[in-house]
Amino acid sequence: MSGGQLPRWVDLGLIPFLNLSAAFLVSGLVVILIGENPLDAVKVLLWGSLGYAEGFGFTLFYATNFIFTGLAVAVAFHAGLFNIGGEGQAYVGGLGVAFACLALDQYVPWYVTLPFAILGSAAMGAAWAFIPAWLQAKRGSHVVITTIMFNYISFSFMVYLLGNVLKKPGSMQNETRTFEDGGRLPFLNDVFPSFGFGYAPVNLSLFVALAACVAVWFLIWRTKLGYEIRSFGANATAAVYAGISPVRIIVVTMLISGGLAGMMAINEIMGSQHRLLIDFVTGYGFVGIAVALMGRAHPVGIILAAVLFGMLYQGGAELSFEMPNITRDMIIVIQGLVILFAGALEHMFRPAIVRFFTPSQALAAKEA
Amino acid sequence: MFRLSSSACAAIFVAALSATAACADPAIVYSVGGKFDGSFNESAFAGVKRYMEETGENVREFELERDAQSLQALRNFASRGNAPVIAIGFNQANALKQAAEAFPNSDFAIVDMVVDQPNVRSYVFKEHEGAYIGGLLAAMASESGTVGFVGGMDIPIIQRFLCGYKQGALSADPDIKVLFNMTGDTPAAFANPVRGGELATAQIKRGADVVLQAAGGTGLGVLQAAADAGVLGIGTDSNQNGLHKGKVLTSIRKRVDNAVFDSFNSAREGSFSPGIQVLGLAEGGMDWVLDENNRPLISDEMKTAADAAVAGISDGTIKVHDVISDGVCPY
Amino acid sequence: MSEIPAIELRKINKSFGPVHANKDIDLVVKKGSIHGIIGENGAGKSTLMSILYGFYHADDGDIIIKGKKVTIADSKAAIGMGIGMVHQHFMLVDNFSVLENVVLGAEDSALLAGGLSRARTELKRLEEEYELRVDPEALIQDLPVGLQQRVEILKALYRSAEVLILDEPTGVLTPAEADHLFKILDVLKNQGKTVLLITHKLREIMAVTDTVSVMRRGEMVATRETGNTSMEELAELMVGRSVLLRVDKEPAQPEAPVMEVENLTVTDSRGVQVVKDVSLSVRAGEIVGIAGVSGNGQSELLETLSGIRRATSGTLKIHGESIDLGTSTLDAADMRKKNMGHVPEDRHRMGLINSFTEYENSILGYHRDPAYSRGLLMDLAAIKKNAVAEIEKYDIRPPNPMLKTANFSGGNQQKIVLAREIERDPEVLLIGQPTRGVDIGAIEFIHRRIVELRDAGKGILLVSVELDEIRALSDRVLVMFDGKIVGERGSNADEGELGLLMAGVEDNRMTAEGGVQ
Repeated sequence: MSGGQLPRWVDLGLIPFLNLSAAFLVSGLVVILIGENPLDAVKVLLWGSLGYAEGFGFTLFYATNFIFTGLAVAVAFHAGLFNIGGEGQAYVGGLGVAFACLALDQYVPWYVTLPFAILGSAAMGAAWAFIPAWLQAKRGSHVVITTIMFNYISFSFMVYLLGNVLKKPGSMQNETRTFEDGGRLPFLNDVFPSFGFGYAPVNLSLFVALAACVAVWFLIWRTKLGYEIRSFGANATAAVYAGISPVRIIVVTMLISGGLAGMMAINEIMGSQHRLLIDFVTGYGFVGIAVALMGRAHPVGIILAAVLFGMLYQGGAELSFEMPNITRDMIIVIQGLVILFAGALEHMFRPAIVRFFTPSQALAAKEA
Repeated sequence: MFRLSSSACAAIFVAALSATAACADPAIVYSVGGKFDGSFNESAFAGVKRYMEETGENVREFELERDAQSLQALRNFASRGNAPVIAIGFNQANALKQAAEAFPNSDFAIVDMVVDQPNVRSYVFKEHEGAYIGGLLAAMASESGTVGFVGGMDIPIIQRFLCGYKQGALSADPDIKVLFNMTGDTPAAFANPVRGGELATAQIKRGADVVLQAAGGTGLGVLQAAADAGVLGIGTDSNQNGLHKGKVLTSIRKRVDNAVFDSFNSAREGSFSPGIQVLGLAEGGMDWVLDENNRPLISDEMKTAADAAVAGISDGTIKVHDVISDGVCPY
Repeated sequence: MSEIPAIELRKINKSFGPVHANKDIDLVVKKGSIHGIIGENGAGKSTLMSILYGFYHADDGDIIIKGKKVTIADSKAAIGMGIGMVHQHFMLVDNFSVLENVVLGAEDSALLAGGLSRARTELKRLEEEYELRVDPEALIQDLPVGLQQRVEILKALYRSAEVLILDEPTGVLTPAEADHLFKILDVLKNQGKTVLLITHKLREIMAVTDTVSVMRRGEMVATRETGNTSMEELAELMVGRSVLLRVDKEPAQPEAPVMEVENLTVTDSRGVQVVKDVSLSVRAGEIVGIAGVSGNGQSELLETLSGIRRATSGTLKIHGESIDLGTSTLDAADMRKKNMGHVPEDRHRMGLINSFTEYENSILGYHRDPAYSRGLLMDLAAIKKNAVAEIEKYDIRPPNPMLKTANFSGGNQQKIVLAREIERDPEVLLIGQPTRGVDIGAIEFIHRRIVELRDAGKGILLVSVELDEIRALSDRVLVMFDGKIVGERGSNADEGELGLLMAGVEDNRMTAEGGVQ
């Protein structure tokens, strides 16, 4: 039990803010240690990620990936499941996008291809989550273990497929042919030229991601299935008492989770790279865990956390570009600190804040 | 139109916080492996170092954290007037193409991929030719009749290396048995010396007494395992003969350092030209190393055979199969 | 006053924001006495004890221990002043031995070995002095709760506690274990220790205390010599109005059976038969009580009938249908469709989802009912309307359907469950432990509802470990022991006789269970 209810603005605003501040404070110390000015570093980071349209476009592009993987983790969280397989599910989800694009791109415009790409990516991602889900539901094999193992299997599977089956002949790279216009989502820069997103790869899949947020919110808080998912996650014994089948909930939730992770591939494959290639997920699936934790598994929180991590990715790149002393490894350290404070140490400030805001309720809970 | 040569300095569009970058320095964008990958990027870095030492000039560097950053980095350098801008690794080809289109007056270069733009110089290497020599020497040095190959990741460039290696080995001994393993399925496969050592040991236990590594940082473990087991290793990319003296048969070098140095230096001298540079044995882009560390291992007969093969490949009398051309390795 | 009191509190005040949890509390606890503090949930008992044990600091007021005014900074300071606390939920490390648990936090030095052997000697002395026998090498997880509690007491004594605070100590105990605890308290008293007993159970107060103080809404409303008061008076002081302690009901008018169970056998996950060949029937308009010491198969019986647990074999006749329980795959949702309601024994673990709001909990198990849904969606308006109606009808407080159920008191939580199950108008209602952890005012209310349901012609199967409750409510009493029904008695069953059946005297297990020397 979390010990009383906090006001929403504290739970969703103040605590993440304190965690972030702590992360940046520690990061600032590290920056000082390597002899750079932390204020300048923050300036570069903010400018690079938010200060001009193209940089912001990159931030949004990364954020799109994080929204998908964050939602995937969050949906599973609500059922008390820890889906660490977003990485593999997104990777295999790329197959679904590629199949749709390769089949249709020469014949139809992108808006015809898109629904198939969405269905394909979700179906492939879900399929990749199915076996771990089934093993958990029927055999009790923990999804944390099996989804991690399925990440590795997906790496081998995709390298095999792209190296031996789907590869463009004569290519130096494990990748499919490049899609024609029918398999490319328009860049936001082309749709809204006045925003000046420039070369930023942010594309229409951002709106797919936002739609997914609304859909997830609706699923979790407005549907019977969402109610069952939350019941099972909050108290599995009570869920069984209520006639909710654990097998069904585990499998269905993991399918939804895997499907959302798979949809990340729309942004990368159909939105930006325009070809299926190896290793395009590069950690977005794992960072999705931090995004979901920080966003408190709520779609609005996930959007905010995704933008934050997008800023770290984009601003971090600018930072290591502008201040060569701050290497890319330093940027990873800073990202790691954010994850540490926002995720693992989430409870560091919480008890004090709970005591500060809700002494009476904390007591009531104790007396009960 | 004013062409932005490398010696000129112009501020076309300078992002708000620039000013730190000195104009006209050449720039390099390493691939995700990072410049200390003990292999490919490091070889490029060696070229950068040599250029800086010999000319006293500065070079701007950037290491990609993920491929999505490539376009950004290339454009940033180009927009600040850095020239030429070299992209290391085939993953950057798409980004480089876009950057080259956006900055038609800047010079670019790419290693390991062809980008057909009027302001891009592309360097590609015939890895299979170097590998052929490696296979030839391995088969001749082998007493057991079995040689090994540990690759990084199952990608075309490594497959091409493997196929050339097999062809070279068979040319020396038609009955030779070639064992081969790939280390993994992610780029991490190029940075896993422990796994490399395990794979090499497994091959050695199955009878291999010469093992070639084509696995970047992973290869250090391969050479270590071979040295520990008292058999021979073959290095790649840079000269690794000295790593385990007397235990490394030779090194098949891919002269990325030369490519980097050449493009910087030609730009400095104002003679940078676009186009495709295909570097094989004949062009000095691939070579094998004979130095004091491995001289006792290479018999006269072996040296003669290797030199003959280099000559044959160079003049076209020996054709080394390029697996990428048809996707199939006949050996 | 002839003797210096062990503890004296003067004008203690403590507020949490707008809530005045303790108002001008005065309390004098005589040395060598058992002093009870009684009050309903939320009356401020736990706050007061937390102040005494250093968890909270009083806003103002004095704490005087053995005649000296003190400030208690934290629980370590409290221990230093000879105050020990046995919490409601034990603070033990499950996979440590008894000895390790006792020493934990009070190790003499970094080297455990020397300390342990000294501790073993000391523990032996304590065990003998206070008749608190526990195997020092046994792991906590292997001990029944009664013995775990003994370890908690030993922990306090090991730290030289002079005053022992016990917070709701019998909540988790069987009647036999509770009786044994009271014997231990007597021994402690005779050895000169002072005991503060926090409880809301009147019977316990009457049974063991010398003095009793009553708290209500943050105030100390009365202190009485236990010998000069009665349950009725205390109940009235606690609740603030007169309370009916007995259940008023007419004789049952049973009709045809609505549920028949034949030859039910249940095997648990370890392969142990927990319900053995049980047959019973419940008729419309009667309450069938199942008495028994906790852990004799009643829980499994309820869970199997409600569809949560699978049976090995047996038949269930309900709703005009005969179901082979050995092969059926009906789950709890299916059983609800057959008009069977279920108030589970443990509302925290099973009956409610504490992190959910009241209205969300008000449809748990009935969320697929067309009344509360539209297609795939939940009909939130209908759900909330229903929740508000139930809150009103069952006087659930605070009357806020948006509040998380964790923030309701035990009695109100139980009313939420009861309202949910009764208002669906079941033919058969399975009820487990309807008043566990529920305060007196709510008990009265809950009992009345159950009787009303009976009078409306429904069949009720009641499981309770509180023999008083079984006797007060049941029209027929079945006694379960070791998975079997070992006897049936009428509504006026003799307490002693039931007690003997519950203890399975034929098996001569009374002494083994109780562990009384």
